[in-house]
Amino acid sequence: MMTMDMNQPPQDVIRLEKISVRYRLPGEQIHTFKEYVIRLVQKQIQFKDFQALKEVNLQIRKGEIFGIIGNNGAGKSTLLKVISRVLVPTQGRVWIKGKVSPLLELGAGFHPELTGRENVFLNGTILGHSHREIEEHMHEIIEFSELGSFIDASLRTYSSGMYARLGFAVATTWEPDILILDEVLSVGDEAFQRKCQMRMKGFRNGNATSILVSHSMEAVRSLCERAAWLDHGTIRAVGPADEVIAKYRQAQAGA
Amino acid sequence: MKISEGPIYDSARRGPVALEEFRGIFQYRDLIYQLVRKDIVSRYKRSVLGIAWTLLQPLAMMLILLLVFSTLFQAIKGYPAYILSGLIAWTFFAQTTSAIINQIVWGGALLKQIYVPRTSFGVSAIGTGLVNLALSLIPMFLIMLLADVPFRWGLLFLPVAILFLAAFALGVGLIISTMAVHFPDVAEMYSIVLMAWMYLTPIVYPENIIPETYRFWFFNINPMYHIIKIFRMPILDGMLPDAMTLIAAGAVSSLTLILGWLFFSKRADTFAYYL
Repeated sequence: MMTMDMNQPPQDVIRLEKISVRYRLPGEQIHTFKEYVIRLVQKQIQFKDFQALKEVNLQIRKGEIFGIIGNNGAGKSTLLKVISRVLVPTQGRVWIKGKVSPLLELGAGFHPELTGRENVFLNGTILGHSHREIEEHMHEIIEFSELGSFIDASLRTYSSGMYARLGFAVATTWEPDILILDEVLSVGDEAFQRKCQMRMKGFRNGNATSILVSHSMEAVRSLCERAAWLDHGTIRAVGPADEVIAKYRQAQAGA
Repeated sequence: MKISEGPIYDSARRGPVALEEFRGIFQYRDLIYQLVRKDIVSRYKRSVLGIAWTLLQPLAMMLILLLVFSTLFQAIKGYPAYILSGLIAWTFFAQTTSAIINQIVWGGALLKQIYVPRTSFGVSAIGTGLVNLALSLIPMFLIMLLADVPFRWGLLFLPVAILFLAAFALGVGLIISTMAVHFPDVAEMYSIVLMAWMYLTPIVYPENIIPETYRFWFFNINPMYHIIKIFRMPILDGMLPDAMTLIAAGAVSSLTLILGWLFFSKRADTFAYYL
């Protein structure tokens, strides 16, 4: 495909077919190797299954901002892990076109003893960028994160807001094919949050797809065209964000 | 406007994980460099002597052992160089294999959030170890000068010995760390095993103190015996080990690496469930 054709049907970038994730929890937690061997010999290991996802089918299209809502423990984070290829599902097929960039949790992929600049290299290579690509974008990252001369200070001197700004700047400086945001827009002050939302909206005009997990219905409504409501590992509704939120709210009120 | 076609991942058409990991190491080579750099920089950043500790540590250890054992083993020619060469090789093995376990745990938070080749933590631990090993060769050469051990052409064989050592350490580290992901106390157990293993390997004592009747079994079931011998011979005697020793050590190292890589890769997909 060489040209952007507005009449063309939207392309899928993610296809999940009958995805199930089953955590095997030992009936009683076994903590030591010795205990495990003894139980194994005695054939006393029983596993309880916990279905985090049950036969989930989902298609996400190129260029959209897709919201995922649901109560705690509904399987939202598990679903994101399947999409970012971190968790290999017990069953089902995962098809993904493009590179997935999750916005890492505060502190993951950073080292407190290194400077901000050194951490940009560490974090950037974790996201799969080359040394040269990072060097080329260093200026832009520093500018966006508003860290100024702090960029050469040790990360342990940073506030949590500074951490988050640096993390977001590294993750979004390259327009990702698929950006994953798990409850992260709640960090930083309001001005920075607006900046983050601007950047995400900018991606929508390009080719990037974003997946947003949030408990804030306002954020999902204002940013996402489509959304899915996850409940106890199954999808209860998929469609325009407004409708899905309305259904979710209705169920919450009824419960 | 040209649209970039990203790579396609399809769980239904996936090759062997061991191969995927191997290609991943090449793709993420800049990450491995950054991980090695992180280890080295963060270790020394807040210390006054900094990187000099890498040189001082084996020297101090050698001096202590020398004081303790020199009356026992006076007869060995160039005893300080004998201890130090064995110690350097052993320290590399002990440190890197333990580091691989810690790296997987440090990387655990990451492995739950983003895909990176999971072997990259092991490979980078070996990289860090190699940097430290190269630095500790400086005091080694110094001691050779002081202990009147001549520098011979055989020293050029040292890189091959280091290659065997690194391959063996990576293989063992991958196996132990896979087990440690499932059972946290494997790490504790391993540090005890390492201690026993060190004293079962001729590092501070000469190999001829082992009674003749036991020697065959004592040495042949211990891969580190051969690997340390290959590392030590070019330094002390300037000689190459005999072909049998070389083949045995090469075979054990590469087999351990392949086995460790396959075992680790086979379990790597489930790490996120346990970490």
